[in-house]
Amino acid sequence: MEHLSKKEYAKMCKAVEPHGKNFLNYLYAFLIGGFICAMAEALREWLVFMKAEETVINSLVPIVFIFLSAILTYFKVFKKIAKVAGAGTLIPITGFANAVVSPAMEYKTEGYILGTAVKMFIIAGPVIAFGTLFGVLYGICYYIFGVI
Amino acid sequence: MKTVYFNNVYIKSTASVVGPREANGPMKDYFDVIFDNPLCYENTWEAAECRFQKVALNMALQKANLKKVDTIMAGDLLNQITASSYAVRNKNIPFIGIYGACSTFALAAINAGVYIENGFCNNVAAISSSNFCAAERTYRFPSEYGSQRTMSAQKTVTASGCMILSNEVSNIKIESATIGCVKDLGIKDGADMGSAMAPAAADTVIRFLSDTNTAPNDYDLILTGDLGNIGSKLFKMLLEKNGYKNITNHNDCGKMIYDIKTEDAHSGGSGAGCVASVFSGKIYSDLVSGKLKNIIVCATGALLSPIMINQKETIPAVAHLINIKRTD
Repeated sequence: MEHLSKKEYAKMCKAVEPHGKNFLNYLYAFLIGGFICAMAEALREWLVFMKAEETVINSLVPIVFIFLSAILTYFKVFKKIAKVAGAGTLIPITGFANAVVSPAMEYKTEGYILGTAVKMFIIAGPVIAFGTLFGVLYGICYYIFGVI
Repeated sequence: MKTVYFNNVYIKSTASVVGPREANGPMKDYFDVIFDNPLCYENTWEAAECRFQKVALNMALQKANLKKVDTIMAGDLLNQITASSYAVRNKNIPFIGIYGACSTFALAAINAGVYIENGFCNNVAAISSSNFCAAERTYRFPSEYGSQRTMSAQKTVTASGCMILSNEVSNIKIESATIGCVKDLGIKDGADMGSAMAPAAADTVIRFLSDTNTAPNDYDLILTGDLGNIGSKLFKMLLEKNGYKNITNHNDCGKMIYDIKTEDAHSGGSGAGCVASVFSGKIYSDLVSGKLKNIIVCATGALLSPIMINQKETIPAVAHLINIKRTD
């Protein structure tokens, strides 16, 4: 085969790139992601109405959505929603829950310790690592600027 | 290394085993064994894939009227090709593990041909397989992870194929083979294997045509392994760039195995079991009936690993080719 540079080949690939349904993807992500967040806000409003304490509300709303996402993942429904929703289910906390539950289910075949427990954070690990790290950094900033 | 010619290597039998998704596709009437459950009533995907290989081998032996073969050459997509090695344990048949990613079937067949041609074996089984869920575990995400697949992505087939090659004369002969070179033209997207593999396929086919002094239209079919929709377009564009225009006899196992409209397979099927099952099913059947007389099978493999992708490396690929001819 005559020599072809990576740049030339990249041009050829661009010419045959399938044109995905980008607009529809954005629309569904917006609508479904927005719906999930709106439901979370509705739950928060209801808890406020029920005169729940703020600390309880702040924990309970994410817990409910983590639970729902975990249950839907277990019953193999989450993936069907995510196929349409894309970022709409990935970005909210529902994505995180699915990212922990799905490998936990998958790696059960290697046992609960070396399978489930080791592998359950293979996707969500960065969320936990960087979430904790930025929490610490924020705390330091808050302490410094709070004192000042 | 130029194209190798064989005088003494024939196909004695083939067998194909597929899962339920593949059994719903256009090739369904040509598969020997269909499992309605992708787990094959085993406890793990890995065990299921082993079972596929065992069933394919047993079926091919039965069709060939053989109790065993001299050697098994087999491979798959799992780490350390465990589906193949675990499938043949305790069979007391010498085993050679082969890895060529999705080109494994052709690579196994070529090696089998070399052993038979040189008189080391009378008959050899070439086997390969893939399992969608086991491959997702090895290369991508857990099966219930809610990610969106791109339009260029292909779906790993759950299938196995076995070809028994022999020095016993039959109507279907392995005429020649070309071993592929590893090509890497800078594709980084692990969800776009077709683009990564097309240059390797084009390179091997061009080398074969040049070595044999033949043209694409001399053959009834140029069958690639799993380039899918996008890879097939690029393959033809690359051949055109090298002077081989107006190719009308190309088809691709990845495009054939699923109905792209009804099966959510985006750019088509892929996997080591793709070319193995489609060839062992429909294509071999057409060779036997005489519908096809002289074909090229160019199986393609993307030689990536998740570690290399995470290290921001590009995807090298290889394609191995066999020319199969009817002797009449």
